[in-house]
Amino acid sequence: MADAEATARRGGTSRAAWRRHVDPATLSAFGCIVALLLVGSVYSSSFLSPEYLLQQLKVASFLGVIATGMMIVILLGQIDLSVPWVVAVGGMMATAATGWGPLGVMLAIPVGIACGVGLGLVNGVGVAFLRLPSMVVTLAVNAVAQGLMVVHTGGFSPQDASSPAMRFIATGHSLFGIPNALLVWAVVGAAAVFLLTRTTFGRTVYAIGNRERAAYLSGARTRTVVMAAFALSGGLAAFGGVLLAGYASKAAQAMGDPYLLPAIAAVVLGGTSILGGRGNYLGTVAGVILITLLQSILSVMQMEEFGRHVIYGVVIIAMLLVYGRGRRHSD
Amino acid sequence: MSGDWPYRLREHRGTLLAFLAFVVMFAIYASNHPVGLNANVATTAANKGVLLAIVAMAQTLVVLTSGIDLSVGMVMVLANCLASAIVVGSPRSTALGVLAVLGVGCLCGAINGLIVIYGRLQPIVTTIATGAVYYGAALALRRVPGGDVNASLAEALTGQLPGGSVPASLALLLGVVLVVWLPFRHSATGRAAYAVGSSELAAYMSGVPIRRAKFVAYLLSGLLASIAGLFLTCITYSGEASAANGNTYTLYSIAAVVLGGVSLFGGSGSAIGAIFGALMFRTIGDLLFVFNLDPLWQPLFQGVVLSAAVCLGAVRLLRMRNRLDLYG
Amino acid sequence: MQGVAKRYGGVRALEGADLAIDAGRIHAVLGENGAGKSTLIKVMAGVVQPDAGQLLLDGRPVAFESPAAAHAAGIACIFQELSLIPDLSVADNVAISNPPRRFGLIDRRAQRRMAESALARAGAEDIHPLALVKDLSLSRRQMVEIAKALARRPRILILDEATSALTAADVMKIYSVLKRLRDEGLALVYISHRMHEIAELADDCTVFRNGRSVATYPAGTKSDREVVELMIGREYSAVFPPLAVRATPGDAPRLELRHLGWNARLDDVSLRLHAGEVIGLGGLDGQGQRELLLALFGVLRGTTGEVLIDGRRVAISGPAAAKRSDIGMALIPEDRKTEGLMLAMSVRDNLSFAALGRLSRVGVVDGAAEAEAVARMVRLLAIRSDGTDLPASSLSGGNQQKLVLAKWLMMAPRILLLNDPTRGIDVGTKQEIYALLRQLAEAGTAILFYSTDYDELVGCCDRVLVMYDGRVRRELAGAEITEHALISSALNIGDDARSARAAARP
Repeated sequence: MADAEATARRGGTSRAAWRRHVDPATLSAFGCIVALLLVGSVYSSSFLSPEYLLQQLKVASFLGVIATGMMIVILLGQIDLSVPWVVAVGGMMATAATGWGPLGVMLAIPVGIACGVGLGLVNGVGVAFLRLPSMVVTLAVNAVAQGLMVVHTGGFSPQDASSPAMRFIATGHSLFGIPNALLVWAVVGAAAVFLLTRTTFGRTVYAIGNRERAAYLSGARTRTVVMAAFALSGGLAAFGGVLLAGYASKAAQAMGDPYLLPAIAAVVLGGTSILGGRGNYLGTVAGVILITLLQSILSVMQMEEFGRHVIYGVVIIAMLLVYGRGRRHSD
Repeated sequence: MSGDWPYRLREHRGTLLAFLAFVVMFAIYASNHPVGLNANVATTAANKGVLLAIVAMAQTLVVLTSGIDLSVGMVMVLANCLASAIVVGSPRSTALGVLAVLGVGCLCGAINGLIVIYGRLQPIVTTIATGAVYYGAALALRRVPGGDVNASLAEALTGQLPGGSVPASLALLLGVVLVVWLPFRHSATGRAAYAVGSSELAAYMSGVPIRRAKFVAYLLSGLLASIAGLFLTCITYSGEASAANGNTYTLYSIAAVVLGGVSLFGGSGSAIGAIFGALMFRTIGDLLFVFNLDPLWQPLFQGVVLSAAVCLGAVRLLRMRNRLDLYG
Repeated sequence: MQGVAKRYGGVRALEGADLAIDAGRIHAVLGENGAGKSTLIKVMAGVVQPDAGQLLLDGRPVAFESPAAAHAAGIACIFQELSLIPDLSVADNVAISNPPRRFGLIDRRAQRRMAESALARAGAEDIHPLALVKDLSLSRRQMVEIAKALARRPRILILDEATSALTAADVMKIYSVLKRLRDEGLALVYISHRMHEIAELADDCTVFRNGRSVATYPAGTKSDREVVELMIGREYSAVFPPLAVRATPGDAPRLELRHLGWNARLDDVSLRLHAGEVIGLGGLDGQGQRELLLALFGVLRGTTGEVLIDGRRVAISGPAAAKRSDIGMALIPEDRKTEGLMLAMSVRDNLSFAALGRLSRVGVVDGAAEAEAVARMVRLLAIRSDGTDLPASSLSGGNQQKLVLAKWLMMAPRILLLNDPTRGIDVGTKQEIYALLRQLAEAGTAILFYSTDYDELVGCCDRVLVMYDGRVRRELAGAEITEHALISSALNIGDDARSARAAARP
């Protein structure tokens, strides 16, 4: 809203119209990426090499898939804190399915995703029908998912192996040596862009994030859209887990924990407003790459783990202070 | 004044329900405990409960202003690691160490508050990010678990009161309530915090000191989280920068707050309710042990309990007559 | 106040506004919606800061950077949007800005005494000081708001449409309270656009138009007609399109209500609305007119009675069901900024939103069809904007309302419900909307609308149903609909029912 108001104040000329197509936050996110690349190249000359960049993009793909789902939920004005264990569920269920015979091996990936969709639907029911705050609902679902997985694995590390298909899409290379994972992200991303910009679902998502009351009174099927958004987020998070399990050839306890904060950060750093209603996918892409690069640089600099966390938090706050601020009361 | 009771009941409804629920849970727990409720059992249970209760109080302060503090577990962990380094040695150095730990807690809370107030950032993202920073600091202090704590202080806080049977941690909890919560609650700033959480716009139009209220709420939240961290050090006699632990306590503090009748939208509820919510949550977790259920089921059980508590918030739907009320 | 000016993002809310207020008198401020009255009051109360001009208190210049500063200077304001904290008690709210203290903590007993005396002074002794504000009805809350202002012992008391939410009994109480305060030496500023209230209360009057004060005069020295002309700035003759003379319709009414009820707010409402007919809902504010429209649109839960469309019983579960083609209802909601539009989204996105289902296939939006439909609507309604890609917030109030209308007209509704559609809109756009409604009626749309403007009801409607306390008390048809008849029906009904119920009302 602050953005729109600022635009209106400038007099609503064609200049403002142009500005709407190029989000300043997205631009600055890409600018930061360039800056990071330059900083990284100071430490290591191979930082700017195509192999390294491609490797980075591959690693970013996992976060990218997860962040796509998170973005849709944040656009609604909600949040999905169940990502950590839905990711784990996706990975663990997919690898568990491979133990169910040849049919299981074929269906491993769909099984993993379906579990995520199921958990996402639970989130959706809580938010859309019970009108509970998404923060609590998703935290509760996260806890339940964790509980289920602890029971399922008996508390130990899961021993099931990933299916060949999972390994293929996560680690293989096709098409001119481009990593499959990156292709997968590209497909997911393209679908997300289409969904958000060209379908009634996408329009309704933005409308709900802007003003749910008005969307409701305009006859939009707000409950269905909210449910679908959470189902999508759950499915994508689980898919991310499937990819991770494919990459590592097996699932692991708490495999999704390192992805929650980066997913939210990536979405927000890309210019999507945490309050909903504003944001574009290109920004999320930029945010994901930015976060991934940041993590890489910190490890290249051989920064100790503690430094990584601190810099992480500081960078997010700094970016938000520039682009994510709210309005004053006297406005 | 005889006509007052219905109103007082209404005002403290959440807290009273939490209290009753806790009493029921604890009765079930105590009566089914294999060993029975002796001093040691009570002390162990009390220690765990009080730890969560203090963190829950910290969360309550922020939730009242319609914010959320996802860094509260990390501040606790930071305090834990710091305490394991400096709350040692002579009584004088121990005392100074304690003050330093509490000071760091206040600092963390103040940083959260300043970013939310002057940066006008949403509390949820702010505290996720600051939580990372505080965790990093904890990790810097304790790359591996270790450290120590002044033994007499630890024993005093985690043992029993002189006289033998009452856990000292309960006295600590009572002290915190008397020194921190009650004065805040009954001060103009505390009421301003409620006002801000209930309707920030109305608070502004009424000339309520919004910024001061939020700042004090976040500051005290940090203070309480550091007290919890200090207490944790006294329990474990060491410091550990465990992200899992921090996240768990953050999550459980939210559960305790919800169970304690504090509204996540802000403006209503009491830290005392959150205390009972925390104790209740801990007791439920221990019920599994008491009934000889496989501890493997504990995380699931606690998740289900959290979900059930969360669903209580949907009860308001039953009385809703105008669907527009559902859409803010 | 002298020469005060305030801009809101390109819209001049106030320009060269002057106002002089004396102690011991009630000064009424009149003006149409959007004339700048609310902004003026906000400047006086310290909620917003003026861009130019100055305020003088007792002849000395002052500046209020916040509501707290204005409070300190002895100015108390009662806004339309109440400033009460819902989760706190009445006593907490009354004493909120300066609670009595003991050892740094709030002295609850002293606070309660303070609240009780303030409530008594406001004529609301029956409200318990420990009750939570969110449990009180709107009328009771308004009384608490007044008590809260009085507790600060102000020198100047400003009331902004303060009686709009009150029951009839409470309104009378407030009149006597205000007169008593005036006699005690308080200076009162009373904003309203209701003539009979001004007549009852005011000593002096100032008229605002387009952000400036156009006239100041002692009460009673100008006729109503003259005052209205000052308010709208031209000859008082709103032009309404002539009502077509229709043959008596023989077939089933397009919309029929039988004994519709809801909670305590709607009781046994029955009406028949035919295609091409325009029915207005009249009566005092808050008698159930808005709830009736919401009930029809499926927003209220737990309604009793029957709704029939074209003679068939239907159960409408919500707006999504109401806009289905077999029912074909549309509702222009009360607040265009929060209920009618998504302000930050583009004009185009807002326009096409309700009809998105028709402009898409299998969920995918047909961009060309959408663009064509949007262009058509913009032309049809003459929506003035600098481009359909700009956010809806960049449009003026009148154009925003036309945007809401256009959005629904894209659905070609068969039944159009409007909730006070021309509130806060400039006169020129009002005319356009009247003409549009007439066109729609002639094309066969059945229209039901609620208005707080008597002229509209007189000029636009074939029939008017005057409501009181959730029921339809009187029906006026054709030539019976005159401003006099509307006002007297609304008030007379009020009178009869008031005397029967005055004691029983909470």
